[in-house]
Amino acid sequence: MINKVVSGADEAISDIENGNTLMLGGFGLCGIPENCITALVKKGVKDLTCISNNAGVDDFGIGLMLQQRQVKKMISSYVGENAEFERQLLSGELEVELIPQGTLATRCMASGYGMPAIFTPAGVGTEVAEGKEVRNFNGKDYLMEYAFDADFAIVKAWKGDTAGNLIFRSTSRNFNPVMAMAGKITIAEVEELVEAGELDPDHIHTPGVFVHRIFQGAGYEKRIEQRTVRTKN
Amino acid sequence: MLDKDGIAKRIAKEIKDGFYVNLGIGIPTLVANYIPEGINVVLQSENGLLGMGPFPFEGEEDADLINAGKQTITTLPGSSIFDSALSFGMIRSQKIDLTILGAMEVSENGDIANWKIPGKMVKGMGGAMDLVASAKNIIVAMQHVNKAGESKLLPKCTLPLTGVNCIKKIVTELAVLDVLPGGGFQLIERAPGVSVDYIRQATTGKLFAEDNVPEMIFD
Repeated sequence: MINKVVSGADEAISDIENGNTLMLGGFGLCGIPENCITALVKKGVKDLTCISNNAGVDDFGIGLMLQQRQVKKMISSYVGENAEFERQLLSGELEVELIPQGTLATRCMASGYGMPAIFTPAGVGTEVAEGKEVRNFNGKDYLMEYAFDADFAIVKAWKGDTAGNLIFRSTSRNFNPVMAMAGKITIAEVEELVEAGELDPDHIHTPGVFVHRIFQGAGYEKRIEQRTVRTKN
Repeated sequence: MLDKDGIAKRIAKEIKDGFYVNLGIGIPTLVANYIPEGINVVLQSENGLLGMGPFPFEGEEDADLINAGKQTITTLPGSSIFDSALSFGMIRSQKIDLTILGAMEVSENGDIANWKIPGKMVKGMGGAMDLVASAKNIIVAMQHVNKAGESKLLPKCTLPLTGVNCIKKIVTELAVLDVLPGGGFQLIERAPGVSVDYIRQATTGKLFAEDNVPEMIFD
């Protein structure tokens, strides 16, 4: 079995350079690659294009990279929860491309499946359609959307093995599996790294072939954005 | 005139046994509280969950288990988890029976605007454009007029569109209305104590009303 294990986040991201395009897994703050984000902030790479459903909050997630002005462009579906983001956007320091969430996910999927483009009805007749090819299939209009082309995909999984196989937990799965398939180089950080053979092949969500580097992360904060509870009667 | 819970309660009557339903943020979320007993529905959350359960008890929150509004939630017996591409696959292939979402404006030909106010901070469309482009059945839950007192039911939307020609039913604090295939709003029900004239005044788009429009009935 090919061994994909690296020592940690610093080694995993060591060849990410200024101007690279990164995919970062997660939905809100759920399932984000916390260790790699910390390492990217430490490394100080700049002019990054980040493809991620959201942009974190002011002091966590991608928000940490925004604070250091490392991001040139965000490609996201929803970016509401971040005041520093808003400031950079309004001052023109940051470029933002907002695209429908399903389009974002499926453009990742297309990349991982080796397909150059997809057709989706999302955004037909709206400003999202501007400049895009429209095709009619069976009487309905669809937009042609291109597969993403990302230098690196950085994902977070629950468990992984030394062969790079990944298992995600609960809704922290979200964009992680499709992004894992889409990176030219895919980096996976996991909460628990085990020897190849310890995970049941039937339970693998992402086969190791898609993962180039894997390490066990440390100190996961797993911050909750909207803590909502009910009381016991 | 209904409050937000009243709107949610009226919409809940539209949900049929066996439906898979996607609820948007705001009033639509409240609909889950009023699903009638004996009606089995499965709630979809587009971040990757079918079978969304209630909020967790205090101390049982799981940071890995959230809904599309980023709230901590729970699963139910029979729930399933999947990735984002698959989630929108089931939306696009119309496996979800009903989508309920909020709106800033709806036009008389069923266009909806709910994601962007030019000149203000734009947060993004999230999954709304995918949902309205593919859902076979969409109900809009919204206030009939905006904070400035202007009608949100218009001949044509003035804000950037989320989707075209896709809304079939609207429930507001004043009325239940259908969007007619040929264009225009058909008044189906009035909120208790609200007159047809009052609704007509609050509706800028073309409004059609029969002679005796019934009041909404709540159990």
